[in-house]
Amino acid sequence: MAKQLKPGQGPLDYSSRWWMKATFILVSAFLYIPIATLIAFSFNSSKYSVWKSFTLENYVNAWHNDVIFFALSNSLAIAFISTLFSTIFGVTTAIALWRFRFPARVGFEIFLGMPIVVPEICMGVAMALFFSQTGLMLAVRDLVWPLNLSNIIIAHIAFSFPFVAVVVRARLVGFNRQLEEASKDLGATEWQTFWNVIIPFLMPSIVAGGLLAFTLSLDDFVITFFSSGPGSTTFPVKIYSMVKNPDPRQINAASTVLIIITVLATVLATKFQSPGKSGTGH
Amino acid sequence: MDNWKDYRKVFFTLVSPGSLWLVVFFLIPMAFLFVLSFSEKATIDGVISATEYNYVSTFSNYMDAAGWNYLVLLWRAVLWSAIATFICLILAYPLAFGISFAPQKWRPLLLLLLILPFWINLLIRTYALMQVLRTQGLLNQFLGIFGIGPFEMLYNSGAVILGLIYCYLPFMVLPLYSTVERLDKSYLEASLDLGATQATTFWRVTLPLTMPGVITGIILVFIPCLGSFLTSDLLGGPNSWTIGNAIQNQFGSANNWPFGAALSFILMFATFLAMYARHLFALRSKGVDA
Repeated sequence: MAKQLKPGQGPLDYSSRWWMKATFILVSAFLYIPIATLIAFSFNSSKYSVWKSFTLENYVNAWHNDVIFFALSNSLAIAFISTLFSTIFGVTTAIALWRFRFPARVGFEIFLGMPIVVPEICMGVAMALFFSQTGLMLAVRDLVWPLNLSNIIIAHIAFSFPFVAVVVRARLVGFNRQLEEASKDLGATEWQTFWNVIIPFLMPSIVAGGLLAFTLSLDDFVITFFSSGPGSTTFPVKIYSMVKNPDPRQINAASTVLIIITVLATVLATKFQSPGKSGTGH
Repeated sequence: MDNWKDYRKVFFTLVSPGSLWLVVFFLIPMAFLFVLSFSEKATIDGVISATEYNYVSTFSNYMDAAGWNYLVLLWRAVLWSAIATFICLILAYPLAFGISFAPQKWRPLLLLLLILPFWINLLIRTYALMQVLRTQGLLNQFLGIFGIGPFEMLYNSGAVILGLIYCYLPFMVLPLYSTVERLDKSYLEASLDLGATQATTFWRVTLPLTMPGVITGIILVFIPCLGSFLTSDLLGGPNSWTIGNAIQNQFGSANNWPFGAALSFILMFATFLAMYARHLFALRSKGVDA
């Protein structure tokens, strides 16, 4: 089999084989061409899928389009609030699981994993049922923004904080408990140890987990679709209702904004998570 | 690990927020849904109510769901998810392999390149795919240069499967990459040194050793595909409904929530079955998990 190998190319240099490169290029094209097209056409002055000329007008129009503007700001407000709570719940749950032996621990872990494995649509319809039966679906309508989004926020926290817990727990594996003991020996209280020793150690994973919760919330369509009451639309739900719209320009512009926010959050999360990985032994 | 009894206060402070939230806003809604699946719409003064339900404690909803119509939808969901998962596996394996054998400094970048699209909103991605595949879309314009087409590429089962691959491919690449990365390359060298061909090495050495990653990838792609309704809703035609669409329809225009609840639990059951299958496979392949 070594016959076609060039000098310096070992039998295990799979990454330099042409078919490996071809697969990579083809798959990347498949993944990026639709997104690139959407971004490119957000600058198109024609509403047809033919390039006419470059314009920023679509962005201005989307900004002044109340429906799109509120849907986008709803999405961002939901993402911020749900990230805040998801991070707090995720961190406390992860620390509890790491630190304590307690009855039904395994059961608790399975319970915590449920929102991750249950199909989104099942969780969505369960939320729809729960909110409509408790009256919460309509009760939030009259509240001030962003409280009128609280049923969506509640649902988002429920499915995203287990993910934060997973990320934080992975980092806790590498924590040296002697640091905690030393802190307490030196007279620090439980609370001081928590703030001055454990939280700083966990910071990269807290940021990474928080950004994960943020993108999960921005990304979610299914659960939001079922748990949004009248008058509380998010951006993905808005796109869904406009999919058959013949003029995609404003949606493309607003989508591009959301793509940029998501990509920034993801790249940041990757950056924060990578140094922690060396310490966890994974 | 500390015993919770020694630090009751700390334990409850840490455990309560998350678990209370999950109990109230996950477990109780699920319990509601479960009860609803054994209910039927209430009849008040001879009129079927839109919002009231009576608990009937029979399996009638589940019996209805076992009807031919719904078995077809479930079967379609399983078949399409299986096809999409298989194609994802075939595409992702060389990708994961290529990245793990790439120069060290390139690996994170190549990996990020493949998983970045996955972070972009599912609906935006599906919408973008629709714009490319449309009759007047980019792909048909491109084919038009060569005088081919235009083709009607949307609203058929092929488009749905393509959409599923487009959305879930990264779920396959990640677990595969992490097992191939940990693979001890000297096994491959030994196999090649001892005269095995590349193909034999792949089938007899590489694949068995990376089986845990393959199985995790299959599960991570298969399960979300099974429950997805957005892809078949937007990219599929009139005969593209899967069980996800049926659930949405029962909670939407058909307005038969008890039946929709029963369908949801059937989907959940199918999901748990798939996870159990993975568990069994994982037990069997534990010996090779390096």
